[in-house]
Amino acid sequence: MPNTILAIVEQREGKLNRVSWETITGAQAIAAETGWTLEAAVVGSGVGTVAGEVATKKLAKVYAIEAAQLEPYTPDGYVAALKSFISECKPQLVLMPHTYQVRDFAPKLATALGRALISDCIGYKKEGDKLLFTRQLFQGKFAADIGFVSDAPWLATFQTGAFRGDQVKPGDSPAAVETVSAQIGDGAIRTRPEAPFKEAKQAVDLTQAEVIVAVGRGIKEQKNIEIAKQLADALGGEIAASRPICDAGWLPMDRQIGSSGQTVAPKLYIALGISGAIQHIVGMKGARSILAVNKDAEAPIFEIADFGVVGNLFEVIPPLVEEVKKAKTG
Amino acid sequence: MKILVCMKQVPQKDAPLKLNESGTWIREDVSYEVNEPDAYALEEALRQKEKHGGEVVVITSGPARAQQVLREALAKGADRAIHLEDDKFVALDAYNTARALAQAIRDERFDLIFTGLQSDDYGFAQTGVVLAELLGWPHATIIMQIEKKDGGIRVKRELESGFFQFVDMPLPAVLTIQSGINKLRYATLIGIKQAKNKPLRKVTYAEVASALSPNLQQIQRLYIPQKTKKTEMLDGPPAEIAKKLVDKLRNDVRVL
Repeated sequence: MPNTILAIVEQREGKLNRVSWETITGAQAIAAETGWTLEAAVVGSGVGTVAGEVATKKLAKVYAIEAAQLEPYTPDGYVAALKSFISECKPQLVLMPHTYQVRDFAPKLATALGRALISDCIGYKKEGDKLLFTRQLFQGKFAADIGFVSDAPWLATFQTGAFRGDQVKPGDSPAAVETVSAQIGDGAIRTRPEAPFKEAKQAVDLTQAEVIVAVGRGIKEQKNIEIAKQLADALGGEIAASRPICDAGWLPMDRQIGSSGQTVAPKLYIALGISGAIQHIVGMKGARSILAVNKDAEAPIFEIADFGVVGNLFEVIPPLVEEVKKAKTG
Repeated sequence: MKILVCMKQVPQKDAPLKLNESGTWIREDVSYEVNEPDAYALEEALRQKEKHGGEVVVITSGPARAQQVLREALAKGADRAIHLEDDKFVALDAYNTARALAQAIRDERFDLIFTGLQSDDYGFAQTGVVLAELLGWPHATIIMQIEKKDGGIRVKRELESGFFQFVDMPLPAVLTIQSGINKLRYATLIGIKQAKNKPLRKVTYAEVASALSPNLQQIQRLYIPQKTKKTEMLDGPPAEIAKKLVDKLRNDVRVL
């Protein structure tokens, strides 16, 4: 009997979170290399449609783990359902996308199972019999290949963008879908969530901007953002920021790029004084061209930049603004 | 409210890091600072104490150098500190770190335990949630607001893409705190002076060893990531860089 990989997809209000396709892509790659069987699971209430959608991909089976108490999402509910399912089905490897929701329950699930979770992985390596998971440390300055030193199940989550959702392999025919009834005891669920909401009306949709000029801690003071605004204006683009700038109130929250803010893929992304912390990178690494200006040659932002300038942005940007203006009028 | 804040000391953000000889960790001869989300967690605990009374206790596990984080926390207003002091704590995975912490506080009765949502060095985002499961407490992650209510608390969870969610939950509970939840205070001179007299309990590795077991995951190797992207670095005087960049923006990127 070959081992099984269980990919747990994410749904909200009966709709599949599309980052789940990335998890399936990664799971399919591992299945192909190991020869293990790939199955998927979706947790919730009334998730048959989502399960059917997942079943169109190349995998052996999809489980719809159902219970009325599983809607809305709570960590107690999900862990109760998944712990008993995983204990029954005994997969070798459990894979999930590293979403905020998975971060909320996956460590609890691993602990409840007495197992390890390797989180926020950017890839994997098969070295002989060993399966290693790669993740970034020290804000991207280093990478680590990590292996499990335990019995099954092994649990791992994949960072957004680690695999491409559009590369998921379709199945020749729909996989079987099995509905599993989750038993959740009275009183098991201790948190009472309300419906998610968006805070302020989003004044600007950065996802529509062709050019984005983003500032990070390197901008040093709020008044210095003016230089970046001038560059944005000269290029006909939008100003944006990494989280610390918005936390400080120097730019409004709807200008934030990153896992908590907006995810953008403009034609040109200019990162000024941004070191390249993982939480920021996941929001902009899809940009067609990335220009980074930072005084630190080791800043992780240069790992993903197409063009880079190691220097003082206060010296580099003003002449650039002038040259851009000249180019536009000349 | 009796609040425990779990804090971690991490290498300074712009510290130049080098691999150790075995390539399994970094060399320790760098400057350290408090993990940023943990500083926000401490600030939140201090604010809750100012509002509702009670006690703020800070805890860390790590080498002797980690004491600095506790001293700073005491100077900012924490009441007492617990230091699980041993070099061996550095290599513990999240599961074991949480078990060590749980063991060290087994005789205490906290209402709330805060951790930062993740560490800036390892970035695992697990210890707080693991601790909640070990203690059998409810938890919530990536918290931006905490309000005391009858029978518990109401917290605001941050979700992706600008979404938020309110959650009601009973106490005791574990919360992992998001950066930016508040504005950090500075320690005052009086605070720094008073910190010297506040209790700091040391816990040895031996005292918690019975709660630990071998790590269930192991770093095979640590390395500088191989660049998959070819970055074109531009240099020269700023005026020259500006001209070169405009050239790229016009011909390669095509935004001009």
